[in-house]
Amino acid sequence: MADKPRDVLFRPLFDSNPIALLSLGICSALAVTTKLETTVTMCLAVIFVLCCSNMAVSLIRNFIPANIRIIVQMTIIASLVIIVDQFLRAYAFDISKQLSVFVGLIITNCIIMGRAEAFASQNGPGLSFLDGLGNALGYSVILLVVGILRELFGSGSLFGVPMFALAAEGGWYAPNGLMLLPPSAFFIIGLFIWALRSWKSDQVEEE
Amino acid sequence: MANDSVGRTFGVALGVCLVCSVLVSAAAVSLRPTQAVNKTLDKKRNILMAAGLLKSGEVASGERIDELYQNINTRVVDLATGEYVDGVDPIAYDQRRAAKDPAQSELVPADVDIANVKRRALHASVYLVSQKGKIKKVILPVHGLGLWSTLYGFVALDARDLNTVRGLVYYEHAETPGLGGEVDNPSWKALWDGKKAFDESGAVRIEVIRGKVVQGRPETQYQVDGLSGATITSRGVRDMLRYWLGAEAFGPYLAKLKERGVS
Repeated sequence: MADKPRDVLFRPLFDSNPIALLSLGICSALAVTTKLETTVTMCLAVIFVLCCSNMAVSLIRNFIPANIRIIVQMTIIASLVIIVDQFLRAYAFDISKQLSVFVGLIITNCIIMGRAEAFASQNGPGLSFLDGLGNALGYSVILLVVGILRELFGSGSLFGVPMFALAAEGGWYAPNGLMLLPPSAFFIIGLFIWALRSWKSDQVEEE
Repeated sequence: MANDSVGRTFGVALGVCLVCSVLVSAAAVSLRPTQAVNKTLDKKRNILMAAGLLKSGEVASGERIDELYQNINTRVVDLATGEYVDGVDPIAYDQRRAAKDPAQSELVPADVDIANVKRRALHASVYLVSQKGKIKKVILPVHGLGLWSTLYGFVALDARDLNTVRGLVYYEHAETPGLGGEVDNPSWKALWDGKKAFDESGAVRIEVIRGKVVQGRPETQYQVDGLSGATITSRGVRDMLRYWLGAEAFGPYLAKLKERGVS
């Protein structure tokens, strides 16, 4: 186990990215990335939930009986997600309407459960917090890349601000409708993994 | 290990549940007023959009919305007779809550329930939009089943003929983003303005067709482009308009309005 705080924080960004290397959390990467606004909100929500759940699980790791540990982790994660959802509904109503069910589905995001089980239940609160932050940032990096590409080529805008003059409004750019559909996120994530593994060739699995 | 004893297991489970439930309920209770304000504002914003007083996508503050909303007179209508109901506070009346209350609602017979409404409130809210002291538009709430969800929205009719559609907006649905979710697309919503809801015989003719509307035909005035990749949502939109504008729902009310003028 990497025990240096620096490694714990930065390693998940590219060296052991939860989406690219571990293939966790892909489901939400497909669903919320058609627009940058929702993508960023989703990233912030996951950062909050993952940091807090890792901290909380780590704080009580020595008290959790092994036979109910998954349920205890689930309860903590679910509570945090509900709190995030309530806050979004109160302070970012429009965005929470667009994210609809996907905020609630953070509960089932494999990254959060995975980090609680694999890291937080064996390490101290400080390190666990950094591990949560690092993994959430690793998740966010991919979401943002996918979100930027999808909104730019699917709608010709970024954060809703027009970037390309659309053909429908007399410009030159005909939006690529495929980019707004879930499969395009698969293609982009695939290309991202390809690029990442060309750069860091030790991630390539042996045949 | 001592951690795995029965007592310890129950203790930890109880402790975690207590702490989590306190946090969740604290968040839910303390944020509820803000959420309720958001919900009301959102509904008003959508009524204003259907009324054409607010452009879609326009950012407006709460005060601005309340100010514009003064042009709108809310009334409650008895759907069966088409008469206004007195003795019900129109601002406080919640049609959606009433639809769930057996005392204030009725089952819609399956053979006329084309929009999959199932239960319907006996009374409905209607919104009269005035400009310079004259009523310009009548806004009616509509809802019905799409592909995944019930879509809730408003349709605006021109007060002059009670036939020309002036707008259609949805304020709540869970259709697929990018496909059925395009009911929120401003350029699709703009297609509704000027369409006719009824033909000469008074039957509801408005429809969402597959593909693009061919201009210049007699039926063009009743047709709106379908949403590509969203056949079932498009059909849901058509059916809910046919149901709510038809004789089973707002028909009696619209007939009364035509008979004695919009008031």
